[in-house]
Amino acid sequence: MRYTKHGRSRALPAMAVSLLLVTAACGSDDEASGTAAAPTGESAALTSLEGAIRMDGSSTVAPVMKVAAEDFQSATGNGVTVTVGVSGTGGGFEKFCRGETDISNASRPIKGGTPDKPGEKEACAANGIEYAELQVANDALSVIVNPENTWARCLTMGHLEKMWRPDAPVGNWKDVDPAFPDKPVKRFGAGTDSGTFDYFTEAVNGKGGVVTKDYNPSEDDNVTITGVAGDEGAIGFLGLSYALENKSKVTAVQIDGGNGCVTPNAETVQSGAYAPLGRPLFVYVSTKAAARPEVKAFVEYYFDNVDAITKEALFVALTAEQKQKALDAAEAAGI
Amino acid sequence: MTAPVSLVGTVGIGRRIRDAAFRGLLYAAVGVALGTLLVLLVDTVNQGRPKIGMDLYRNFPSARPARAGIQSAIYGSLWVVGLTAVMSLPLGVGTAVYLEEYARRDRWYTRLIELNIQNLAAVPSIVYGILGLAFIARGPLGWGPTIRTASLTLTLVVLPTVIISSREALRAVPPSLRQGAVALGATTWQTVWRQVLPGAAPGISTGSILAVSRALGESAPLLLLGGLAFISFNPPAGPAALESPYTVLPIQVFQYATDARQEFHVIAAATIVVLLAMLLLLNGAAIAIRNRYQRKW
Repeated sequence: MRYTKHGRSRALPAMAVSLLLVTAACGSDDEASGTAAAPTGESAALTSLEGAIRMDGSSTVAPVMKVAAEDFQSATGNGVTVTVGVSGTGGGFEKFCRGETDISNASRPIKGGTPDKPGEKEACAANGIEYAELQVANDALSVIVNPENTWARCLTMGHLEKMWRPDAPVGNWKDVDPAFPDKPVKRFGAGTDSGTFDYFTEAVNGKGGVVTKDYNPSEDDNVTITGVAGDEGAIGFLGLSYALENKSKVTAVQIDGGNGCVTPNAETVQSGAYAPLGRPLFVYVSTKAAARPEVKAFVEYYFDNVDAITKEALFVALTAEQKQKALDAAEAAGI
Repeated sequence: MTAPVSLVGTVGIGRRIRDAAFRGLLYAAVGVALGTLLVLLVDTVNQGRPKIGMDLYRNFPSARPARAGIQSAIYGSLWVVGLTAVMSLPLGVGTAVYLEEYARRDRWYTRLIELNIQNLAAVPSIVYGILGLAFIARGPLGWGPTIRTASLTLTLVVLPTVIISSREALRAVPPSLRQGAVALGATTWQTVWRQVLPGAAPGISTGSILAVSRALGESAPLLLLGGLAFISFNPPAGPAALESPYTVLPIQVFQYATDARQEFHVIAAATIVVLLAMLLLLNGAAIAIRNRYQRKW
């Protein structure tokens, strides 16, 4: 009898307390970030929208879409919630073609496969997912070297191929070009899951995914920057915005794509002069999802504010022609 | 006969030296562990200091460093961990009671269950993430990247720990208590519910809180289950939250820490401090409960 009383009165509250601790604090409120003001004229229509938009895909495109998502969400008075996942371009398409997302962010066009090895296009087709491909910004890969590297100020695509080709890549700067000093080459770059990797290998080695094994890949661009900043003979590749963000640590070299040395910056990327390392970024919008007013409104909102959004996200904005082309593509798909 | 004396003397000196050396080694081990922890903590707090404050809570994740915060991650974590606790505690304690009080230990299936639980406790959490992706997010349940998916997966992650710690607590209740109850005519159910469980409650609570705090710090399985996303809104209040997308504190740390912009690293450090504070709170509660309610039999 004594035990019963004792046990009940003291131990059960202990259990209750432990449960309460972890559950009681789970209240929540609907408030979300009250940030940027809505654009003129549309605010009334936008605030009446409700729903949820799911986006996933390239980590390169994500910064643009995060800004867009944040601003659009507050323009709708938080009636529409926007989720931006970062599974990589390939991972994004996988979900998109399963119908799990409304919009897929991509740093390269969607891939088709062969009859025995179906690609992303076939996966979408198999699930009846139709889409519109819209260019949302311009990006550029940049080749970065250590600030103490005084010799490689301008590299040709031939130089890059020598250093990054899959078979017998050159291991010393003096073998890349006789004018360069006797220093070992240390390679860093985006990891094999990134669109940046696909794009760089295709531009440099002619085939996406083909590259020397003797380099340090990382999905985290900071690792690449730290690596290049720490070794005089290092070379790396990553998105231009990251290189420009870290000007104090690494130097983005000029690229000679056949028409002389071109400095990577907004103008040269937009004009196409920074070829072949400048590239377009895309979103793929499911036409089925775009039938929902909030998805359609998001696409419209994006292109209405494209200059401000790309600038905020440190990307290169669309030219007038590029924007018109995207709007036409959207129109054609009924978005 | 002086030989034995001298022998004892030499051995004694050797022993003392070895003893001192070993003691020094142990202090060094403790020093390295605590020192590293201290350096990391001080460094993190220093780095995050400019951002630690109410603005961190008031603001949502943002692409703009000046107004980036972690509110949706805090609520996301509370929802996910809260639901994990609600699901894993009854299941875990129930399993422990069955295994300790009801199951016949000489049966092969009992031993199989026990062996499996021991093994499951050692399975890396990312494996549960893949399981959750195949069977909960997709596949039979098809719940998608939602809070209920995350909670159910984390329930699987912490369940073995809850079961094992609850069993320890139940085992610590002396058999004489059970025998006394049964001798007075109580059924097994009455014995368990009125005698054994109350006696084991402090131990069960402590173990469960530690298991739940593991869920709070867990990120690997959630990376696969949609936690890695930019979410600048809270889960809705009420049951609708179960089907809401989410992000949690450890993943928010990861997102801010991997951003190229230095300003975000400060926010990452501040978020780590918040996460540590929540973990300390939970672990502190576990210790307090243990000290307050622990009983000597």
